Amino acid sequence: MPRPSHAANGYNPLCGDTFKIFLQINAAGVIQDVSFQGSGCAISKASASLMTTSLKGKTLTEAEKIVEEFHNLITGKTADAEVLGKLKAFSGIQKYPARVKCASLSWHAAKAAWQNQGTVSTE
Amino acid sequence: MAQAITTSVTTSRPRSQNFAAAPRFDVDALRAKFPTLRESVHGKPLVYLDNAATTLKPQAVIDALTDYYTTKVSNIHRGVHYLSEQGTLTYERARTKVRDFIHATNDHEIIFTRGTTESINLVAQSFGRKFFKAGDEILITTMEHHSNIVPWQMLCERVGCVLKVAPINDKGELILDAFKQLISPRTRLVAVVHVSNALGTINPVYEIVKIAHASGVQVLVDGAQAVAHLPVDVQTLDVDFYAFSGHKLFGPTGIGVLYGKEKWLSQMPPVQGGGDMILSVTFEKTTYNELPYKFEAGTPHIAGVMGLGAAIDYVQEIGFAAIRAHEQEILAYATAAVGDIPGVTIIGTAAEKSGVLSFTMKDIHPHDIGTLVDAEGVAIRTGHHCAQPAMERFGVPATARASFSLYNTRGDVDVLARALKKAQETFA
Repeated sequence: MPRPSHAANGYNPLCGDTFKIFLQINAAGVIQDVSFQGSGCAISKASASLMTTSLKGKTLTEAEKIVEEFHNLITGKTADAEVLGKLKAFSGIQKYPARVKCASLSWHAAKAAWQNQGTVSTE
Repeated sequence: MAQAITTSVTTSRPRSQNFAAAPRFDVDALRAKFPTLRESVHGKPLVYLDNAATTLKPQAVIDALTDYYTTKVSNIHRGVHYLSEQGTLTYERARTKVRDFIHATNDHEIIFTRGTTESINLVAQSFGRKFFKAGDEILITTMEHHSNIVPWQMLCERVGCVLKVAPINDKGELILDAFKQLISPRTRLVAVVHVSNALGTINPVYEIVKIAHASGVQVLVDGAQAVAHLPVDVQTLDVDFYAFSGHKLFGPTGIGVLYGKEKWLSQMPPVQGGGDMILSVTFEKTTYNELPYKFEAGTPHIAGVMGLGAAIDYVQEIGFAAIRAHEQEILAYATAAVGDIPGVTIIGTAAEKSGVLSFTMKDIHPHDIGTLVDAEGVAIRTGHHCAQPAMERFGVPATARASFSLYNTRGDVDVLARALKKAQETFA
């Protein structure tokens, strides 16, 4: 992304997963573009990738809702299937509680980006 | 009184790697004594290769724990009733077993703690705070476990001493020359791991202690990964402090040992105050108990001590010659089997290694390796193994680690190798 309006780092020191999330949010509060750079395990990468497609074109309010529902999904709480769409695939992660942090890392970073928080960790 | 043993087996540098003549045990009969091996994982038989994290327990140890809680429940050291006397006897007998196991001089040089971490913290808080001043130096190595780094960092923050770190080479071996050069007139303590949990390296403790003592520097050794795999003789090694955990020695969790030479322990102030560590208490003045009780405040993990005693009995019955021969064979077999898989890099290739195999796979994150082999029933560990500096030294955020013990077989290694190859196919 040539000139992101917002960016944040997500870093899990325990495993070394690290992602930088870039956002392009316009004056109307719509996420026009979102991308990521970084490395990590398969789950963290897949999650980051799906995150970018699901947040693109959403308003910040809609995005906050998606983040919240995704978090509910992966932590085994009731989640809004309509809001989540394709992200429902991540419900399987409940079987691997040790990997929940992998799935949530890039999402925490995205939220931190539009809240201007810098670097976050899921540790 | 334990006699100092001077055979090659008691230093950390065995002179011969030829184990052909060593006694061997019947692995199947031995495995039958570990009930956890009967478990299945995701419908597959458990293949437990995470022994550096913790070891499985033989029935004898489980029985010792149950026995305490069934027939011997009592608090020790203060009762005159039968159960308390029996409990005290068994507890102190276990202390003697530990002394005998590591060939210490006196029972009162054996302090029971919660584990290696607590033992090291005890030395940092007691020996460290009393004797170290601002500008003093503590020398550790790059391969240390966090438990042998952080207590010293905390001490340095408090007292103003300086932490120095001896480097390791690309094989994961301590660079002895660089280590020697880092000893200065300000060095007060060398704290070094006996066997690295991340790399498997066996350090030349005997030589390290000689070098340190020649400069008047004391040595603390983290023996957590050593005591189940090679014989330790603290008199021959002449270490000042030696720490280890019960749960890595087929014993229960929550129990460990700090060995310290009497001349140091007698000068060290207690860290925890309370019952049992006192002789008399008034509000005007309290006097402390003698060794070892000075450092054992409160009701100890009595069952844990008894379990540790049973674990030591178990290991000594098998004997380290047989244990080493078995584990070195499995390590060699596994190193070849895993190392031959294309895309695998072994991290930690020291000439002298214990049964720890750390590795990475091209394009597959250790976490994913761990989850995928878990699907085949294989338990390995992935991550930084509480040794982030060691990981950084090798330029990796994490590794996958298989660690072996006396109940592992070639069959276990075969399952691991197959599971790794399957993981590769998944990611191809």
